[in-house]
Amino acid sequence: MIEVIREDLCTSCNRCVEVCPTLVFDEGGKTPLIARPDACQTCYLCELYCPTGAIHVGHDQFARQSPAPDHSLHASLIAADHGWAAPLDAGQLDDYRLLGPLLNEGVEIAARRQIKG
Amino acid sequence: MGEPIRLACDVLVIGGGMAAAWAAIAAAEAGAHVAMVDKGYCGTSGVTATGGPNHWWVPEDPALRAQAIARQSSKAQGLADEAWMEQILALTFRHLPTLAPWYPFGSDGAGGIYHSGVRGPEYMRALRSFALARGVTILDHHPALELLADREARVSGARGHALRHDAPWDIRAGATILATGGCAFRSGLIGSALNTGDGYLMGAEAGAELSGMEFSIAFSLSPAWASTRTLPFTAARFFDEAGHEIDVPSPRAGHAHHQALGRAMLAGPVYADLSEAPAALPPILHRIQPLTTASFARAGIDPFRQRFPVRLFGEGTIRGTGGLRILDQECRTSVAGLFAAGDAATRELVAGAASGGGAVNSAWALSSGRIAGEAAAREARPIRPDSALTGLGRAGLHPTAEARALDQRGLAASIESHMHHYDRALFRRRASLSASLDTLGCHWDFIAAHGQATGAAALPLRELAAMAATARWCTAAALARDETRGVHVRIDAPDLAPSRGHRLIVGGLDTVRLRPDVLLEDAA
Ligand SMILES: Cc1cc2nc3c(=O)[nH]c(=O)nc-3n(C[C@H](O)[C@H](O)[C@H](O)COP(=O)(O)OP(=O)(O)OC[C@H]3O[C@@H](n4cnc5c(N)ncnc54)[C@H](O)[C@@H]3O)c2cc1C
Ligand code: SF4
Ligand code: SF4
Repeated sequence: MIEVIREDLCTSCNRCVEVCPTLVFDEGGKTPLIARPDACQTCYLCELYCPTGAIHVGHDQFARQSPAPDHSLHASLIAADHGWAAPLDAGQLDDYRLLGPLLNEGVEIAARRQIKG
Repeated sequence: MGEPIRLACDVLVIGGGMAAAWAAIAAAEAGAHVAMVDKGYCGTSGVTATGGPNHWWVPEDPALRAQAIARQSSKAQGLADEAWMEQILALTFRHLPTLAPWYPFGSDGAGGIYHSGVRGPEYMRALRSFALARGVTILDHHPALELLADREARVSGARGHALRHDAPWDIRAGATILATGGCAFRSGLIGSALNTGDGYLMGAEAGAELSGMEFSIAFSLSPAWASTRTLPFTAARFFDEAGHEIDVPSPRAGHAHHQALGRAMLAGPVYADLSEAPAALPPILHRIQPLTTASFARAGIDPFRQRFPVRLFGEGTIRGTGGLRILDQECRTSVAGLFAAGDAATRELVAGAASGGGAVNSAWALSSGRIAGEAAAREARPIRPDSALTGLGRAGLHPTAEARALDQRGLAASIESHMHHYDRALFRRRASLSASLDTLGCHWDFIAAHGQATGAAALPLRELAAMAATARWCTAAALARDETRGVHVRIDAPDLAPSRGHRLIVGGLDTVRLRPDVLLEDAA
């Protein structure tokens, strides 16, 4: 679930208020308010869209963590992994074609194990 | 409350996922003035945005297409339609590459471009840009609450609430497309918080029917703390609390795989061990599904070295096949002026009794969106600004008895459990299905009798009504289909019954009605 918006990084652009599908945030003063944390569906998309890496979403979809986790470890990783800062032809999805083959390889491994076992 | 919003357009698209976006783009390309209203934000809402739809993709070679269709037909176990399959293969192949100006298509590893599988956040971001470039008016955070009809009972737009302005909206349209996605009954399935079956309810209130609802049964395996994508799990081994390995047939066993997991989860916590995953997966998982790696990293777990607890998340009608019945090759429902696309529509036409997940559902969402968009643009009639329109919404808006506060959380949890409780869902049988049907009927009656809200508060109540209605249709159809076919497995009727080789059409609100699809029988 949504954990924190870091005041030191947030520029109050309100992009997260707009893009959160379940309207978790309200426009606020310095940073948006986390007005409806219970509505959070743990999709991480506010984090992906935030231009400054100010948002941190916790892994547990059923509860907020307390104390709030150390955000510095993961800051901006999601945006970096997605390659959103790069131009569209930068090859950020060049491994994506492997999804299907790897999924099937996993199924094969499970099926072979069963025949053996 | 803000000022009421009143608009008019040729085509109104309700929804903000891939089906809605393709519909809006196609309608705009056909020359229509298009408005699209989404409950969330078109780009992040719906299951497309958090998924990674791999589209059914076969090159334009007649022999390859015929083979693919034959394979799909046999999975569909008699309930699909090959002409539709041919159609969605052609449309998907033609249109998915048109996203190139906005989507970072990757390499196919052989000097070409890989098109068929796209990552959700980028896909929906691109579709939004595409729709805007075609002149579509996108209204985010504008959930539809009810359809509007004219004196001849033709659907002529919708009414809803603008959540950020806290204002009612009313949009008159020459033709309306329901692309509200499927219903996951608030199971927590990734990306599905807004997928509460609203389109099924609004369609049924206008008199539309549904089909394939008994095939609305699917589950996905995830860490116990959050629903993620399933890529890392296919080679998993499973252990109980004491560390004993659980005998789980491979995912290839389909239903039996989930039955074994569900049975074990009913007995106690189940742990996954991914140490036998394909060797190439761990180093690149974060490049394919960054949000899956984020979930593990934040939980402090290395999924390929440490065991961790897992659970199954119910998918309701998503990755199943049920939805609004489509009457013709243009995605019309039986109601004048009303079209359906994507998971809001039945996918029985292309998936039959099988799950549409894996390739067919997204090819359907793209194609049915385009087809509905073009047909709606052609058919849109100007609505006179003074013509009298009536709201068709009932449950949650106009109670039949005195208004009372409802225990919305409790009712929603009960509905979800009648749909997804492992024992009921994975071991379908007459006794438990009919008990569920009784309880769900009581829930519906109570909501219809006493639920009432206005403004933003009407949304959760309408969602609750939609989930109750959807659960009833699914359960009634599952009870009526007393055989095992495709993903519908009845433990008390484990064989396919040749006499049941027809679709089941379901509809009705206060009374649920069921009938076999007579047209199909005549044709057969
Ligand atoms: C994890 C996962 C993986 C999948 N992988 C594949 C795959 O590899 N291949 C495949 O073919 N299929 C796959 N599927 C299925 C596929 O994703 C869906 O069939 C497809 O995305 C459906 O698109 P849609 O537009 O109909 O629905 P959605 O994307 O769910 O969009 C529904 C939209 O309707 C809006 N809405 C709902 N109610 C209202 C209302 N009252 N008013 C206004 N708007 C409303 C929502 O906000 C949302 O924007 C997968 C599904 C899941 C869950
Ligand atoms: S998107 Fe990021 S920077 Fe912008 S308001 Fe939200 S938290 Fe602040
Ligand atoms: S994780 Fe998703 S639902 Fe939660 S606040 Fe961010 S965008 Fe909203």
